[in-house]
Amino acid sequence: MRYLGLNDADRRAMLAAIGVDTIDDLYRDVPAAATLAAPVDLPPHRGEMEVSRTLASLAARNLPASAAPCFLGAGAYRHYVPAAVDYLIQRGEFLTSYTPYQPEISQGTLQALFEFQTQVALITGMEIASASHYDGATACAEAVLMARRLTKRTGAVVSGGLHPHYRQVIATNLRFLDGAPAGPDPVPDAAEDIADRIDDNTACVVVQNPDVFGRLHDLAPLAAACHAAGALLVVAVTEPLSLGLVESPGAMGADIVAAEGQSLGNGLNFGGPYLGLFATREKFVRQMPGRIAGETRDVDGRRGWVLTLSAREQHIRREKATSNICTNSGLCALAFTIHLALLGEDGFRRLAAINHAAAVRLADWLSGIRGVTIVNDTFFNEFAVRLPRPAAPVVDALAARGILGGVPGSRLFPDHPELADVLLVAATETASEADVESFVTALAAELEP
Amino acid sequence: MSELRYTSDHEWIRVDGDVATVGISAFAQEQLGDVVFVELPDIGKKLAKGAEAATVESVKAASEVYAPVGGEVVEVNGALVDDPALVNGDPTGEGWFIKLRLSNPSELDGLMDEAGYKAFVAARG
Repeated sequence: MRYLGLNDADRRAMLAAIGVDTIDDLYRDVPAAATLAAPVDLPPHRGEMEVSRTLASLAARNLPASAAPCFLGAGAYRHYVPAAVDYLIQRGEFLTSYTPYQPEISQGTLQALFEFQTQVALITGMEIASASHYDGATACAEAVLMARRLTKRTGAVVSGGLHPHYRQVIATNLRFLDGAPAGPDPVPDAAEDIADRIDDNTACVVVQNPDVFGRLHDLAPLAAACHAAGALLVVAVTEPLSLGLVESPGAMGADIVAAEGQSLGNGLNFGGPYLGLFATREKFVRQMPGRIAGETRDVDGRRGWVLTLSAREQHIRREKATSNICTNSGLCALAFTIHLALLGEDGFRRLAAINHAAAVRLADWLSGIRGVTIVNDTFFNEFAVRLPRPAAPVVDALAARGILGGVPGSRLFPDHPELADVLLVAATETASEADVESFVTALAAELEP
Repeated sequence: MSELRYTSDHEWIRVDGDVATVGISAFAQEQLGDVVFVELPDIGKKLAKGAEAATVESVKAASEVYAPVGGEVVEVNGALVDDPALVNGDPTGEGWFIKLRLSNPSELDGLMDEAGYKAFVAARG
């Protein structure tokens, strides 16, 4: 479809049809107190080249993760995205197509979503997956709402190891429903006994694996405790690459898996757009939020693709829909699918192993610095350390040296001063030996001047 | 066993003593198309007249089934869970949804009889 701008004659014709003289007449109902008396004070118009130069100088003040040794994680991970991903997702057929509302004419888009769902179900160990959500945090909140619908209970027990931003999104979604999320405080150096908090109004228990401090958990006992009490186990995963090495949530008994898919195919993107993965058991499919692409046969017996079970969705069921706050992140999902397809099953496992090895190397180096303690007994590609002093100023000092040296505890948990000396560090395949060496050298220099 | 009575939301009800069977009309199942899923209430649930009693989902839409009169759910048609197509095949027989113990039988008075419902459907065109 072409976009053609309006000319004055077009505007006059439309105003005449409405029956007003000027466009301002359309805003007569806005109270005078709410309108501006004078235009907003902005600098005068400038030429394209000047604007470009100004913005470039502003951008140069950033320290982008692509241009520095980067050990940031905490739910967003710098991975190498093969060039083929960008090339393929920018093909016009994919780049311009939103999830189609006349879906069956977009067979390629539907097939890509179907492949995506298959991959998500396989890596999470679940039976069925949706065609994606906004991001991991909203997928996690949707999982809690779904558990409430399935169990007809309102309680949500949330682990202290769940990413605090995920917890906040759950709280936002529950704000006008009864039953706020409840659960233990975040404690990086002790196990939590969350099963004790399950009662007969618990709809679900929400845990993260690896948790926000990077620790791995055997969730099978917790799944059994949930099921014995009639509650569901929701497992959040913020680093999907971990599923290449770690036992899948499905194999440990999860009922719903909500994950962030950014790690595969997608850049850090300054915090978004990201990609929510959502998977569950087949018996729960009718309460699963979001779209589902399905495989079928056409009248001539050829394989084809459809959107299926749409009667649950907002464009048909309106306020009774399983969700009115979700969409799918089609392009990010496509990037995920292409990256995972390029890796293949072996490549996915190998990339996960490379990440773990990089994190082990980082832990070895960091443990050699006086005053630094490794907190974790277990980790995948991210772990927590305690520094001899608050981590935030140390991270700032490292940034001044051109190193992105992890996420301080105070950034994630501003209300928990006991976590101020915690530093979360992640090492992916992008962390070279030289990167690790410069990070460790700089950190040692900051801590042992 | 009494005659069927109908609501303007296309449910039918058949009273037998103080218990009544509820389902959706032949017209309703025809409008919905192939029924693929039915969600039934818990036994013991108390429903006011007009409250949501069940959900029926077809390939086209998912709709609520409302209680034609108030009462307590004493039985649900578990056969619909495995074979939702019963709603299409025999809407006023094997395709029933729930049985209610009536809380106020006088609420039946406001419902349409067979002829009244036929006229109601015909008037909707």
